[in-house]
Amino acid sequence: MAGSDVTAQAATAPDTVKILVAGGFGVGKTTMVGSVSEIVPLRTEEPLTVAGLGVDDLDGIEEKKATTVALDFGRITISRELVLYLFGTPGQQRFWFMWNDLAIGALGAVVLVDVRRPESSFAAIDFFERRRIPFVVGVNGFHGEHPYPAEDIREALALPEHVRVLLCDARDRESCRDVLIALIDQLIAAAVRAD
Amino acid sequence: MSVPAREVGGDDSAGRLVRPFTLTGGRTRPSRADFTLITTLMAVDPPPVRAPRPQPEQLRILRRCARPIAVAELAAHLDLPVSVVVIMLCDLLEAGLITAHPPHPVSARTPDLDLLQKVRDGLGRL
Repeated sequence: MAGSDVTAQAATAPDTVKILVAGGFGVGKTTMVGSVSEIVPLRTEEPLTVAGLGVDDLDGIEEKKATTVALDFGRITISRELVLYLFGTPGQQRFWFMWNDLAIGALGAVVLVDVRRPESSFAAIDFFERRRIPFVVGVNGFHGEHPYPAEDIREALALPEHVRVLLCDARDRESCRDVLIALIDQLIAAAVRAD
Repeated sequence: MSVPAREVGGDDSAGRLVRPFTLTGGRTRPSRADFTLITTLMAVDPPPVRAPRPQPEQLRILRRCARPIAVAELAAHLDLPVSVVVIMLCDLLEAGLITAHPPHPVSARTPDLDLLQKVRDGLGRL
């Protein structure tokens, strides 16, 4: 094919990495992904059979009901050789098993917390702590307002010292970028400590 | 190299898991594990001379893969579940029609400072 050698040169597959954006249902995960993504967030939906929903879900098994779980994600091109993907984790707690697949190979995670109902993000914090996946906490202010200082929220969530807590606005590009940078800085600090 | 899987496989995707023909041309059949959400795909251009003629659905994928694209992006554009797309990608990989570039390996035990710094610099430019 004419010019195919040029194409081959121009297009080499970039390396890819991913960061997860987790938190309770409706906490602003997709909003955050959309704020920093260079593309309109994309969605993939995965059909699930009840067999996948866990053995304790007896009602579901009797009904044999199919459902879907949706993943929203965005993309940030770091350079020609490196692309970062942001995945919003499914908000419903019962889809925790899907986080396992998602979490493999992730650089780390942002756990978004809604100050009005922080308990909705406990499951996400638990998940990453147990699997020793590094994360930062972004406190998404309702209408961008922050009634509590970050330290109060750290205490309320019983977070260890090394986990950074940032007040943010999921609708704001720079605010979301700063949360991601804080996560990378935390990873770099941990890497230097381990050296 | 012959690629008999298409003939023997049929279209019953549920059967792929248990199908006995796991070896093709002395090579292990590509498994779904080869495709993560952020594995980057590219169509092989020009396609191998002896590659089987792609099906219409496969052609749709190949067109999307003219430039590098991640599995999750491809699935979203095709409006198909990732699990379904991956099954089709297995066939395309086996036929030599696409290449699959795995994600950058990430290990908590041996963090890659150079990689982290690159990501940080990139985010700083946003």
